[in-house]
Amino acid sequence: MSVTAFLTDSTLCIGCKACEVACKEWNGVDEDGLEWSGFSYDNTGAVGASTWRHVKFVEQPPAPGLGGNAGESASWTFSSDVCKHCEEAGCLEACPTGSIVRTEFGGVFIQPDVCNGCGYCVTSCPFGVVERNQKDGRAFKCTFCYDRQKVGLVPACAKACPTESIKFGEIEDLREKARSRLAELRRRGIEDATIYDPSDTSVRGTHAMFIVRGDPRTYNLPPSPEAPTKYLKKAWASSAVAAGLLLAGTLAAFISDGRRNGR
Amino acid sequence: MSNPLPTPNVNGDLARERRIDEIRQHAEEQGRLQVVGKQVIGAPFPKASPEYGYYQIPLLKEPPWTWEIPLYFFVGGAAGAAAVIGAIADYTGGNRELVRHARWIAAAGSVISPALLISDLGRPERFLAMLRVFKPQSAMSVGVWTLVGFSTGAAAAAFAGYLRDRYGASLPLRVLENAGQAASLAFGLPFSNYTGVLIGATAIPVWNRNAQSLPLHFGASGLGAAVGILELLGHRKNRALQALGLGAAIFETLEGALIESRGHRHLDPLKRGPSGWITRTGGALGGPVPTALRIASIFATENRSQSLRRWAAWSAVVGSLLTRIGWIHAGHVSARDWKLPLAIGTERE
Repeated sequence: MSVTAFLTDSTLCIGCKACEVACKEWNGVDEDGLEWSGFSYDNTGAVGASTWRHVKFVEQPPAPGLGGNAGESASWTFSSDVCKHCEEAGCLEACPTGSIVRTEFGGVFIQPDVCNGCGYCVTSCPFGVVERNQKDGRAFKCTFCYDRQKVGLVPACAKACPTESIKFGEIEDLREKARSRLAELRRRGIEDATIYDPSDTSVRGTHAMFIVRGDPRTYNLPPSPEAPTKYLKKAWASSAVAAGLLLAGTLAAFISDGRRNGR
Repeated sequence: MSNPLPTPNVNGDLARERRIDEIRQHAEEQGRLQVVGKQVIGAPFPKASPEYGYYQIPLLKEPPWTWEIPLYFFVGGAAGAAAVIGAIADYTGGNRELVRHARWIAAAGSVISPALLISDLGRPERFLAMLRVFKPQSAMSVGVWTLVGFSTGAAAAAFAGYLRDRYGASLPLRVLENAGQAASLAFGLPFSNYTGVLIGATAIPVWNRNAQSLPLHFGASGLGAAVGILELLGHRKNRALQALGLGAAIFETLEGALIESRGHRHLDPLKRGPSGWITRTGGALGGPVPTALRIASIFATENRSQSLRRWAAWSAVVGSLLTRIGWIHAGHVSARDWKLPLAIGTERE
């Protein structure tokens, strides 16, 4: 039993969507995105209740050499997105039923039999991962293949990935792997490769790191995701002041009114 | 005629390739992608870039709540403040009729609020799932326990008060009534404004940017609505209510001025488009309009004053409801703004 993570290396991704299919097969996730979105070869546009792995197709006008394509074809990079399994997870903290828990592997897991569909986790995820299912209103997202990990198996997406773009393993090993891979890419002249693992914000790091080329925003990876628990202190302080003012104001209003009425 | 070779994959792929070309051609001609139904920069060859994000697909998910939730915010705010008014009026020896009415408003809210939440959740037993834990770090968990405490207290106070009026006083009834009233006061104070914390501590930019002001804003809005409902029930001569209504309206005026004076892009949904107009109308009806009407009523003749206060009451009640609807709507608009979480074009201050 160790703390595990994903490292998704977009420089190795070939956009085959085997991870999406394997995830759906293993977890019995509903079909979706059978029609093209029109954004390159992307079907669903984002992760959601029925898309726990989502391959992004970052398509740019032809640029010879980029993405390894012929000069007249679109330049492509792909990246398989997934729940980030934040160290400080907005959804987990927000969940009022205790349905969302931290597993022994460090992942964030929604227990479907406890979830009541309140949707608060949906508004609390800084990565827009959690979504309510249209059928019964409960929230769903990547389980980090908790069931597979429990019996020592690799998550379905990582298992299916034919290029090992999706790596799975012990989190510290993967951090080390990410660093050496980055150095390797730099050495080969891919200067714009970066590691995405926001650890300097209130999210405090993730269990799903990414290696991407260029600005992570191109992959819809936010530069400074914040766990909403960050705002709690300010908000409750304001609530306490509001309650104090209400109590004091009401007391003052009724006492002075009582005096005027000669009571 | 039939082809002996199994080629469905190839044909299928070709058909799907053709479909993509079709979508792109349509996008080129119409300037919008038909599947996602929106215009994208660079269609039919949309660019993904730091400037455009990932095809301008919003990162955040919209709040999945139904119409019950803004209504619950309104009902809860008014009921919580009404319970406080009722309890304080009782403790300071205020008008008995006012105490009774305030209690009934609180009791009505204590029944309507859970009903609205259950309706949003879909099945009654789902509400109970929230009662298996208490999580201080979850505003919704704190809120639901506040609601339970409030509802129990407010309903007990109103029920015991009713029995006492009808069958005469007895010790158990007095104990129930007083305990219920104390509980409805203690829980009513946070209950009237916690919904501001609830939406303030989320990932939705327009909400969390206002985490500090939302509870005060919603608290004042709830107080304005509670005073308004009591005045509409006939308490239009009560000076304490007038003072509270005026205080709430002035606070809401200041809150509105504060929002309007800040030009940050995160606040755009409060000022632009339908969500902006709902919020602004709600703000005007909850702030400046009742402020003006109440000040006018102070200097008016007896009859005129009551009529002005009735208008102020209506304005505050409708304004409070619109304020909640506007803020929720603004949250949806804010979540759809793909630029905000990527910090694109947010430098305008």
